[in-house]
Amino acid sequence: MSTVAVIDYGMGNLHSIVKALQHAAPEVNVVCVSDADTILGADRVVFPGVGAIRDCMQALNQSGLSAVIQQVAKSTPLLGICLGMQALLTDSEENNGTRCLDVFAGHVVHFPESLTDNDGNSLKIPHMGWNQVHQLHQHPLWEDIPQDSRFYFVHSYYAQPNETAVMVATTQYPDAFTCALAHNNVFAVQFHPEKSQAVGLQLLKNFLHWDGQV
Amino acid sequence: MSLAKRIIPCLDVDNGRVVKGVKFVDIRDAGDPVEIARRYDREGADEITFLDITATHDNRDTIVHVVEQVASEVFIPLTVGGGIRTLEDIRRMLNAGADKVGINSAAVVNPNFVREASERFGSQCIVVAIDAKKVSAPGEPNQWEIFTHGGRKPTGINAIEWAKKMVDFGAGEILLTSMDRDGTREGFDLPLTRAISEAVTVPVIASGGVGNLDHLADGVIEGKADAVLAASIFHFAEYTIEQAKQHMASRGIEVRL
Repeated sequence: MSTVAVIDYGMGNLHSIVKALQHAAPEVNVVCVSDADTILGADRVVFPGVGAIRDCMQALNQSGLSAVIQQVAKSTPLLGICLGMQALLTDSEENNGTRCLDVFAGHVVHFPESLTDNDGNSLKIPHMGWNQVHQLHQHPLWEDIPQDSRFYFVHSYYAQPNETAVMVATTQYPDAFTCALAHNNVFAVQFHPEKSQAVGLQLLKNFLHWDGQV
Repeated sequence: MSLAKRIIPCLDVDNGRVVKGVKFVDIRDAGDPVEIARRYDREGADEITFLDITATHDNRDTIVHVVEQVASEVFIPLTVGGGIRTLEDIRRMLNAGADKVGINSAAVVNPNFVREASERFGSQCIVVAIDAKKVSAPGEPNQWEIFTHGGRKPTGINAIEWAKKMVDFGAGEILLTSMDRDGTREGFDLPLTRAISEAVTVPVIASGGVGNLDHLADGVIEGKADAVLAASIFHFAEYTIEQAKQHMASRGIEVRL
């Protein structure tokens, strides 16, 4: 039986992601953990997160999990979700600038103020709800997920990676931003697959069967 | 390609059963919440909201069990409102599997509760529920006041000012209910919805008064709502969520089909 470790660093509830992983692949052993050995020994690792980046990075740095995640990113299939994705960039402008894990070179920035849609209506921040994910490259995690499927988003900041090669999907709000990043054994998404009904469960299932190869 | 407008069925839960009242009285039984939530998920609901109207503290555990059961098999966002008064109440609901909580009366009693809650759990999970009633006379410029305790208690607070303040305090979303329209099936209070939606930067969910599918579309087109919430038209199977979405799409609204 393969094991997936969901990293628990005390930020928010992990109920949804654990239940969704169990639902997506009942044969997989899902564990919620904070200890380094279990995370490093797992077949796959999920790095979730909601809330503010400063609290997130503080929790990771104090517990020593920062180094563990950087280690996992070199070797084991890793899925970053929402704040867990943002934390993989070099830094974020949230909370007056926060150093992050630098797994992907680039920044996390806030949506510009006073955005408007085509009809001139102001766009709301946070970007909340179901938006389309446009796949830029083939990837094992997109298997059986139709192009431009809608996933559930809730965020006010987004990733701006330095390398276009790591961008695997974009979403428009109103301009295109990077909503999924991938490099070798790491895949990271801004949206919430655990809250995105059938397509979300499919993505989690794909991850739970992924060998980390592209 | 853009963000879809959301349809949110609301389940008023009393002691573990879904009920629906008209203007907060005359309550009718509409069934088992877990079963109904499953059906809405299959039909394509974008989120589900539970409103716990249970009066006694002893029965609060019931809603926690309902959320736990639904969250184990329904993978869309879940919101729980009703009786959320402390950070501990919020923590319990999130641990049970809720993604957001709705805060109503407790915010009026102590606005700082919203600030503390959003700092602790993140704005993304704090929905401030506003029950508003028109207080201006016919012919006068529109004015709405907020009410608490299921619409029974006036507060003297202007609804638009209150919505802005709640966003400043960290609300990630506003759930706006017209007390004049709730349960009437006459449609949303569109001027109210539009006024609030244009006054705040966060998404606004329109609620109260939906009687047919055009009302949902009007809430988005004329009311400028980001999401529309309805209860009875879905519970008693008058319309499915899918029919509602098809209808909104036919009126040019972007929806998740």
